Amino acid sequence: MAIAQTAIENIVPEETRDPWYVQFWGLVRRQPLGAAGGLVVLIMLFATIFAEVLSPYDPEMISFEHMLVAPNADFWMGTDAFGRDILTRIIYGARTALFVGFTAAFVGSTLGLILGVASAYFGGIFDLVVQRLVDILMAFPLIVLALAVVATLGAGTLNVVIAITIPFIPQCARVVRSSALAIREIPYVDAARALGFGHSRIILRHMVPNVMAPYLIMLTTFVGHAILLEASLSYLGLGVQEPTAAWGLMLQGGAEEFAESAPWVPIFPGLAITLAVFGFNLFGDALRDLLDPRLRAR
Amino acid sequence: MKKITRKFVISVATGAFLAVGLTATVMAATPQPGGTLSFVVASKIPSYDGHQETTFGMGHPIRPFYSLLIRVNPENPADPADFKCDLCEGDVPEATDGGTKYTFKIRSGITFHDGTPLTSADIKATYDKIIFPPEGVPSSRKAFFKMVDSVEAPDANTVVFNLKFPSGAFIPAVATPFNFVYSKKDLDAHGYDWHKKNINGTGPYIFIEDIPGQHVLGKKNPNYHFEGRPYLDGFKAISAPKMAVRINAIRGNQASIEFRGFPPKARDDMVNALGDKLTVQESDWNCVLMSTVNTKRPPFDDIRVRQALTLAVDRYAGSKYLSQIAIVKTVGGLVFPGHPLAASQEELEQLIGYSRDIEASRAKARALLKEAGVPEGFKFVFNNRGVDQPYKVVGTWLVDQWRKVGLDPQQTVKPSPQFYATLRKQFDFDVSIDFNCQSVINPIADVSKFLCSAGNNYSQCESQEVEDLYNTLMRAETLDEQRSIMRQYEKAALDFASGAITLWWYKINPHREYVKGWKIAPSHYLNQHLDNVWCTDGKCS
Repeated sequence: MAIAQTAIENIVPEETRDPWYVQFWGLVRRQPLGAAGGLVVLIMLFATIFAEVLSPYDPEMISFEHMLVAPNADFWMGTDAFGRDILTRIIYGARTALFVGFTAAFVGSTLGLILGVASAYFGGIFDLVVQRLVDILMAFPLIVLALAVVATLGAGTLNVVIAITIPFIPQCARVVRSSALAIREIPYVDAARALGFGHSRIILRHMVPNVMAPYLIMLTTFVGHAILLEASLSYLGLGVQEPTAAWGLMLQGGAEEFAESAPWVPIFPGLAITLAVFGFNLFGDALRDLLDPRLRAR
Repeated sequence: MKKITRKFVISVATGAFLAVGLTATVMAATPQPGGTLSFVVASKIPSYDGHQETTFGMGHPIRPFYSLLIRVNPENPADPADFKCDLCEGDVPEATDGGTKYTFKIRSGITFHDGTPLTSADIKATYDKIIFPPEGVPSSRKAFFKMVDSVEAPDANTVVFNLKFPSGAFIPAVATPFNFVYSKKDLDAHGYDWHKKNINGTGPYIFIEDIPGQHVLGKKNPNYHFEGRPYLDGFKAISAPKMAVRINAIRGNQASIEFRGFPPKARDDMVNALGDKLTVQESDWNCVLMSTVNTKRPPFDDIRVRQALTLAVDRYAGSKYLSQIAIVKTVGGLVFPGHPLAASQEELEQLIGYSRDIEASRAKARALLKEAGVPEGFKFVFNNRGVDQPYKVVGTWLVDQWRKVGLDPQQTVKPSPQFYATLRKQFDFDVSIDFNCQSVINPIADVSKFLCSAGNNYSQCESQEVEDLYNTLMRAETLDEQRSIMRQYEKAALDFASGAITLWWYKINPHREYVKGWKIAPSHYLNQHLDNVWCTDGKCS
């Protein structure tokens, strides 16, 4: 036994782990774009959590005395047609964007994960039926499907979350299923089955943890997509409703009428949407590179 | 001599200058025939049947195909009492038989676009459909003719309207621009639904085609009953739901005019971009946004809560600021502001919700809410229509106003069909945006919306006091009497608070300067026959 222990110690030398900040810096250097994306995500999270502290004004309070004021020392990004501070509404809008983005992405990806793994695990008729349903849902572009759902359910924050979640489910299910199909053939799944474990235990304890990489990548990508979809639906007047601060809604109220006379009204929410989606996409790409062993080696 | 010569030269030069200027002015004022007017329309056409529809989406492209019995004076459409004969002959008739009989003489030689001659039987058939429609046949302005007992056509050129009682509201009701005159032959042969999808009128233009989502085309009617008109060879009504598209169409000269109206910012941008190539016409608008309260839903079944809603709204500040960003402006009561029957400023300020002291009003609103047991931060559903101008702008403002008295309205903005379903059929709202938009200014008919029994009152209310006052108002003969009863009616309706007026609309129509002859009216439904519109120097093409 002592000989065996010595042999193992010889084979695997003791790892000298760098402190976390050194590892973090290494990560930033390896993935500068991902780090930039992560920084945007962090800023958004910070703004969301500390909106009340960071925001100089009430995001919904109308103040006609300050209507359409150009950016200045008091209103860094100017004010809108109702005299509301645009910076404040962008900060609070981050809360709306992240709430819709994370909720829709998390629920959509998780349901897709369960459906995809179950589809791969059970195979046969169940897989066939699920995949054809997935085919049908995937035949519609994201925005069209979301529009159809919100047109049926009506506008409002919760309905927007549902409308965005539904198109994500088949997308995640399809990707996860392809990974799960390979895992299904690995002997430990057979072993679990031979030991008499139930389907749910095999799926949740043995298969799901092994498809977490594609799941996490989809999740982060979906957050960006969800923010964009929420903005699109709100821009079309079908999403979040006034006076709630939401970037798409701010754009909708300002893009047409004030593009010339008060360009700051549409420009800043437009920039916020662009930055957020860009940030989440970069972060998602970096995450994929880190979690994919083939890409990690490069 | 030198002095005389110089004087002479100056006189001749001045004379010549004036003569040239005068000639140019006369030339510019003389209608020039030809061209096709392109205009943009924001809304869709639900059907072609004017008797049923209430939207300018139908009115603007379809009205030029039809004639009316009488119409507002196209040269003076702002005057609420100036009417001219269209299909009738001579002047608009005076009432006889103690104010209960109107006899119209019909012009001879008029034909429908399919060649059928027009007679008084067509007028009778048209008004029978509008006033006495069979069950199941919709007629949006049936209530305007409550005073009419019967319509007769004693000969081919005479139509007689017999009234139950004298009413000053009758003639304006006849001039309503949706009262398209249909052919009796079409109604008899095809039934009352035929005009929803087919067009056959006697109007200045003949229908060519309607491509939904694109355009409606009309061409000049060579047999039109006003000689020399229409001036244009035709028109093209371009469908453009997005405001940006409509603005850019005019800026890019793809369209010459939009007849509904633009917000002030759009006007300013267009004026800055086009300068003297643009003419802007503005007018008060016989259209008002309201908040309608569902009186069947607690706590809004309590009059104190309803009164608190109207007391919370600062209409004067709203007018000052919203008029800079939306198509609303004028503070007024139930009657179109400026009309002889409208409340004076002094009278207005005595009404609930119209005090200049907004802090006192809001303090009273809070007290009423407390008395009624409504908690601070009380949430309720506020139904609004997904149309920016002015619905969403006014809706957002109202949310802010109600929050100032401790309420927390949850605005749900819906596309028009769902909005109407909520307001008119499902009644699943606490408070909703509503509107009272009329064409001809006819206050006695227009204020009927505040009757609980009115078909277009969606508050599900019951108020006998308001009903009784309206019945008295309908029968009032002199202006003084009408005015006095109108004040009582207005106070009773606003105190009851099942509906509250917000701000009256303000119409702004920027259009290409070469479009002549069209005069703005206090309604986007009025003066849309286009028979007197023309373009200078062939600029319409």
